[in-house]
Amino acid sequence: MTLTRRYRFAASHRLNSDALTPEENARLYGKCNNPFGHGHDYVLDVSVEGAVNDTGQIVDRQALDTLVQERVLGRVDHRNLNCDLPELQSRVATTENQAFAIERMLAREWTLPARLARVRISETARNTFELETK
Amino acid sequence: MLLTRKAEFSASHVCRNPALGEDENRTLYGANANPHGHGHNYVLEVTIEGDPDPVTGMVFDLRELKEIIHAEVVDPMDHRFLNHEVPPFDRIVPTTENVALEIWKRLHARIELPNARLKNIRLYETADLYVDYGGEA
Repeated sequence: MTLTRRYRFAASHRLNSDALTPEENARLYGKCNNPFGHGHDYVLDVSVEGAVNDTGQIVDRQALDTLVQERVLGRVDHRNLNCDLPELQSRVATTENQAFAIERMLAREWTLPARLARVRISETARNTFELETK
Repeated sequence: MLLTRKAEFSASHVCRNPALGEDENRTLYGANANPHGHGHNYVLEVTIEGDPDPVTGMVFDLRELKEIIHAEVVDPMDHRFLNHEVPPFDRIVPTTENVALEIWKRLHARIELPNARLKNIRLYETADLYVDYGGEA
């Protein structure tokens, strides 16, 4: 069985690749290349997989919430992802790279009995990125 | 091909294990352990996998599916207190996981055609919490 919990955070970012010229960045990323950045209300869905234990649960909700709060939300909510998140310093702050970064932030010291199965981030209601974890 | 039908039901429940003390229940289930219960608008998504029947063009008759979901889930659970009125939740803690397992049991036997079978149920307890179950051990 898989349990999915939804979280929200507000953050700003700017898409800019060091490998491209300013003109190429402006052309590729358009408004997302605005030098001052811009922000979104992100939606983060974290899925864990496992068997139902004798408490009738796959995972303790409070333990999952605490882990996600400490590892992720506390570090990204009301932050500028380019400036405040070392995991994105050497990468373009796309939502794809955010998904990889968040998956690593969660998985690095995963202490829950259920397996981390999936990370899904919606940048807006129209753009969603999903990462199955191994 | 996958076919998904959605249904809603509103019900109250309480998550407490009578074998455990107040503090243990509070630690395990938080506010869900409040003794008089609380309610949710549950949303159920039933997904069937199959090939369309060559004569009807349908994976599963949606009217029949609606009737099955209502008979097995919505009618017995909607506007009920699960612990008091819907067995087996008089003896099994009605966590989202256990409600999903029970719904799977009720639907699985009734959704079985040569060309189609129950693939997954997704049960939302709130918009921010849901479980998926596909019959795995």
